[in-house]
Amino acid sequence: MTKKEDEFQAKIDRDIKIEPKDWMPDAYRKTLVRQISQHAHSEIVGMLPEGNWITRAPSLRRKVALLAKVQDEAGHGLYLYSAVETLGTDREQTIDDMHSGKAKYSSIFNYPTLSWADMGAVGWLVDGAAIVNQVALQRTSYGPYSRAMVKICKEESFHQRQGYELLIHMCNGTKEQKEMAQDALNRFWWPSLMMFGPSDKDSPNTVQSMAWKVKRYTNDDLRQQFIDMTVPQANFLGLTIPDPDLKLNKETGHYEFGEIDWDEFFNVVNGNGPCNKERVSARANSKKNGLWVIEAANAYAEKQRIKKKVA
Amino acid sequence: MTNGNWPLWEVFIRSRQGLNHKHVGSLRASDEEMAIENARDVYTRRSEGISIWVVLSSNVHASNPTEKGPMFDPAEDKVYRHPTFYDIPDEIGHM
Repeated sequence: MTKKEDEFQAKIDRDIKIEPKDWMPDAYRKTLVRQISQHAHSEIVGMLPEGNWITRAPSLRRKVALLAKVQDEAGHGLYLYSAVETLGTDREQTIDDMHSGKAKYSSIFNYPTLSWADMGAVGWLVDGAAIVNQVALQRTSYGPYSRAMVKICKEESFHQRQGYELLIHMCNGTKEQKEMAQDALNRFWWPSLMMFGPSDKDSPNTVQSMAWKVKRYTNDDLRQQFIDMTVPQANFLGLTIPDPDLKLNKETGHYEFGEIDWDEFFNVVNGNGPCNKERVSARANSKKNGLWVIEAANAYAEKQRIKKKVA
Repeated sequence: MTNGNWPLWEVFIRSRQGLNHKHVGSLRASDEEMAIENARDVYTRRSEGISIWVVLSSNVHASNPTEKGPMFDPAEDKVYRHPTFYDIPDEIGHM
């Protein structure tokens, strides 16, 4: 290691945050750009499966909650794109990398939201899993990323609560409503577990990311934490988690669970999930069809500047 | 302007009367009016502020982190700038 690298690692070891203009190894910068941009894309693409249900929310109460949640996701995308930008990247290039397939987003958003109960399952499980991940990332070593996480965590806890509340109502409703809730859990359970990423033994970046404190816990640790938290919540709803191998190990206090279908995970990550094409094309078209707004606003701003100069 | 970029703005929010404006983040907007409106929508959705400043990021000038030592170390050995450096007898009480 060079002297600069030594000093950098010494800072990390002393839990001193790294700020944008500080010296950092290229590989650290690259890891952050990959991870934060992937996180940003997930926030933005995550608006699509829920936006799908805004006009069909069953009451005004549910509708304002869903609207507020989707609006939050847009804000969260912005905080994260801003954080990526502090690393010297071009924001629009970052966005284009997602449209071209070069950059990924969370594979969970490649699953469709088929019924209203899915809005409950997404809030409870998908946001629940995201929160476990993001609470841990509040202590990540890169300052702007850490600050974005603090802000996002503050805003996000209502996301999970509104989803769980919605499911409580459905589970206390008619037989059909409860079946819808169970069906949503059946479809979202395994993809939610996959949100934490591949198992530690198949996650080649984990060791370095932990040494740099970009990540504070491994994928498997966070996944276990989520399962331990969520099983009692499913029991309260009277729903069954679709895993026959799930059982509490009384000695460790942790739930043991069945094998995750990693073939499915990598298949979806590689673009072959049920909605990959739809999601990416929705985002790419949104940019393409909105470019004229950006240009028009620039032209208007320029005109105003000239007017002010003349006046 | 290539690929649809708007200029970058830094956003400062006064959370309540009596406190200073504090940097909360950044955003892109075509002009100051849009920057303030967007900052309102993004950074004050839960009553976080009562006043917003926006500054073009290109107008922010910063000290150089690699010169942190020469810049800030001189303050470190000047303990006589702090009240605890001076001995005041206990019977005087708080001073």
